[in-house]
Amino acid sequence: MKRFIPFIVFVVLAVFFYVGLSLNPREVPSPFIGKPAPAFSLPVVGEPGRSFGPEQMRGKVWLLNVWAPWCVACRQEHGFLMQLARSGAVPIVGLNWKDKDREAEVLLAQVGNPYFVVADDLDGRVGIDYGVTGTPETYVIDREGIVRLKHISPITPEVWKAKFEPLLKELGV
Amino acid sequence: MIPELGHFALIVALLLALAQGILPIVGAQRGNAAFMAVARPAAQGQFVFVLFAFGCLAYSFLTHDFSVENVARNSYSQLPAIYRFTATWGSHEGSLLLWALILAVWTTAVTVFSRHLPEDMAARVIGVMGLISSGFLAFLLATSNPFLRLVPAAAEGNDMNPLLQDPGMVLHPPMLYMGYVGFSVAFAFAIAALLSGRLDAAWARWSRPWTTVAWTFLTIGIALGSWWAYYELGWGGWWFWDPTENASFMPWLAGTALIHSLAVTEKRGAFKSWTVLLAIAAFSLSLLGTFLVRSGVLSSVHAFATDPARGVFILGFLGVVIGGSLLLYAWRAPQLAAGGGFGWFSRESLLLANNAFLIAALGAVLLGTLYPLFMDALNLGKISVGPPYFNAVFIPLITPALFLAGVGPLVRWKQASLPELAIRLKWAFAVALVSAALLPLTLDGMNFMASLGLFLALWIVFTVATGFIDRLKHGAGSLAARLKALPRAFWGMQLAHFGLALAVTGATVVSNYESERDVRMNIGDHVELAGYTFTFQGATPVPGPNYQAMRGRVEVSRDGKRLDVLQPEKRVYHASGMPMTEAAIDYGLWRDIYVSLGEPLAGGAWSVRVYHKPFVGWLWLGALFLALGGGLAASDRRYRIAFKKETQQAGLAEAAQGQRA
Amino acid sequence: MKSRHKKLLAIGLAVAGLGIVAALVLNAFQSNLVFFFSPSQVAAGEAPTGRAFRIGGLVEPGSLKREDDGLTVHFVVTDTAKTIPVTYKGILPDLFKEGKGTVAEGTLGPDGVFTATQVLAKHDENYMPPEAAHALEQAQKAQATVVPE
Repeated sequence: MKRFIPFIVFVVLAVFFYVGLSLNPREVPSPFIGKPAPAFSLPVVGEPGRSFGPEQMRGKVWLLNVWAPWCVACRQEHGFLMQLARSGAVPIVGLNWKDKDREAEVLLAQVGNPYFVVADDLDGRVGIDYGVTGTPETYVIDREGIVRLKHISPITPEVWKAKFEPLLKELGV
Repeated sequence: MIPELGHFALIVALLLALAQGILPIVGAQRGNAAFMAVARPAAQGQFVFVLFAFGCLAYSFLTHDFSVENVARNSYSQLPAIYRFTATWGSHEGSLLLWALILAVWTTAVTVFSRHLPEDMAARVIGVMGLISSGFLAFLLATSNPFLRLVPAAAEGNDMNPLLQDPGMVLHPPMLYMGYVGFSVAFAFAIAALLSGRLDAAWARWSRPWTTVAWTFLTIGIALGSWWAYYELGWGGWWFWDPTENASFMPWLAGTALIHSLAVTEKRGAFKSWTVLLAIAAFSLSLLGTFLVRSGVLSSVHAFATDPARGVFILGFLGVVIGGSLLLYAWRAPQLAAGGGFGWFSRESLLLANNAFLIAALGAVLLGTLYPLFMDALNLGKISVGPPYFNAVFIPLITPALFLAGVGPLVRWKQASLPELAIRLKWAFAVALVSAALLPLTLDGMNFMASLGLFLALWIVFTVATGFIDRLKHGAGSLAARLKALPRAFWGMQLAHFGLALAVTGATVVSNYESERDVRMNIGDHVELAGYTFTFQGATPVPGPNYQAMRGRVEVSRDGKRLDVLQPEKRVYHASGMPMTEAAIDYGLWRDIYVSLGEPLAGGAWSVRVYHKPFVGWLWLGALFLALGGGLAASDRRYRIAFKKETQQAGLAEAAQGQRA
Repeated sequence: MKSRHKKLLAIGLAVAGLGIVAALVLNAFQSNLVFFFSPSQVAAGEAPTGRAFRIGGLVEPGSLKREDDGLTVHFVVTDTAKTIPVTYKGILPDLFKEGKGTVAEGTLGPDGVFTATQVLAKHDENYMPPEAAHALEQAQKAQATVVPE
């Protein structure tokens, strides 16, 4: 029996590691699911004088996509967002997070703009209200202004199929 | 085009690794020579393709190909060429590719230096390494492809983490991986021996040089990492017991135990089963280290680099490799014949005790590293285990091991006499004890920890000297000739033990007698520390290639004599906006003077941190001796002669020489 | 006989060794584990007084004040629900910034001020220490259950 001791010790460790992996804090559901999206009013990128707030989207199902020009992971989902925008399935609102260098407008002109409107969260205060820990993050907000889904990390076609499509269908989009 | 070629090369390498992993092992079980013959060409081919893939990635970095995601994330147009090259392994994907490349290097080395092995043994060893390669290459291709394209291409990269833009980081990862991965050779030998059931002294002799070389690289890698942390992180610490460091330290402890137990198995045929278990443990801990660092289990900080799919893959791989080999061990170990007997006081028993202490220390480090994870998994709250725990546990456990490191080499195999040894060493012991007790008194009074450390260091130095005297007393010729005639294995062991004494001295003195001051300094202000006067002469902006720096000038003088002008910097990197502290150090054999800038304050003043760190350099000097000792021991004539003897169907002369040695 | 002696010796050594290790580890754990609390937990009185622990959260923008000595700093750590005032004497890490995540280790005074012996913010620019992120998540959960809407 004693010669199995190393093996048994390892199995116990492995179980803990497996549990540890599933403890990834990024998998914790957002406390906002099922709650009203926090209100804000921010200037709109590229349209001086205009401001945007979630209440303007009442009656629509929409996506709030937190991104930043300095974020490479956002660049990764950009192509997919463009496709999505072209399909016209659902309006995408961009939250331009901590864009200290004011690059968003130029960049979107260069690579294409998938957003219905881009709100400018320069100091990241709205990000704090939404519990943003990094970019990109995407929220689905329904007709009543309730947050229905929070997705952390870039959206890929697979993620879209698995997480977003069923929900949007349920919401009648 | 180039990244696609690299990707393709990786796929070919995976296929070759599978062939290298499966056919020779099957061939060895069935006695099929054609299958066994696949081992060498497949391994060498795999090496060529992995090297090619690595070259492709390096090329993408060097030529700023920001259409490759990995490059866009980890490089920057203004990054100097040397860091563009090292950025190749700066990312998760790149570092795994380096892992695979180094594994291929070791495998190829085995194919070259294994001609003297029985064909089935060589086939099994190379086969086991092929299976490990397959796992890593599959991991790369499935979850961490370094050649992924970014559409549309990024106009500019995100820059390499500024902390890694440093000469110390150029060599640290390759050295560390040479060590980690090098233990795969000892592991492969152990598994091959278990598979074949031939676990004898010859097996131990084949494994020894490989293990020693891997251990030497790991020693250098850890020392470089510690030195880097010392001068780069800006607060002068040299060991933090953080999970990343522990991940490299645990295989080192296991490897150290393995080297010593292999010696017993080779010379006396004892501890076979224990040695095999250690060989499995050393490599398993290397894999575990990779898992802990790369999966983000311990610090889910690096956001999207820690993809759970990766963690699950590595864990599965770990389960197969470690779980499988431990099961094989459980199944085969009872068939291992017991080795020669030995008395309760003999070199064997001391080495066994030394092994026990090393493994206990290893266990304590492992537990401390994983404890936060256990607590979290059981939902008992978030905790952190810091240096106080590790110091409280590690020091008492390593102290007896260090004491034994002094005695062991002077004790005879099989049966020794304790009274005889006590008489021989009474002066060494007494002088070490008294001077260790008195030295702190001359500085600032009783200090138990300082005395303990100094005692162990002096004890090792005296016993090393005794070892030399014993060997030199007998024999003919001049002293130089007699020194030259000593085998390299002996030199290696003694130098390594001496290095240990140096490192212990450095750690003891710097931990107990360093001094530090954080001060606000206006231009022209002085501050005194440990007899040195520091004068702040202001800070001026200085542009760097990819950063903007404020460079301070701090004059260091002693007794009115100017010694040095230190120029610490505070940098802000353009791409990431990350601020970075670049310390300035006046190195010395007896002390380092260390200055780093804090923050700018009103009116040109700065907060400044100054340190006086006595003997800190001895830590790395000690590591150098450890590595030198490892290198010498691995190059001992005995292995080369055994090698020649067995390869060349050698003539009588050489055979006779071999016997004499 | 000989091998039985050896076996006994080995087992004896192993048991004694395990005992020593266990004693050392337990003792070290008892005195050296550092627990983590979020500002909300501290406000609810869950944190110990007189024993060191860690707090984490965001550095409240506009809260960083420096005393004239240039070294003593005061700032406020928040998890968006509750706040804790912190004082620290020393040089802050490079990545310490208002509005960013931080973790501080120290003790809580009777006046409710947290005296930090160590401030950590050593991670990547855009991400916060996991403990700080954890504190924020907890606070948001708590808030979400309080808001009646």
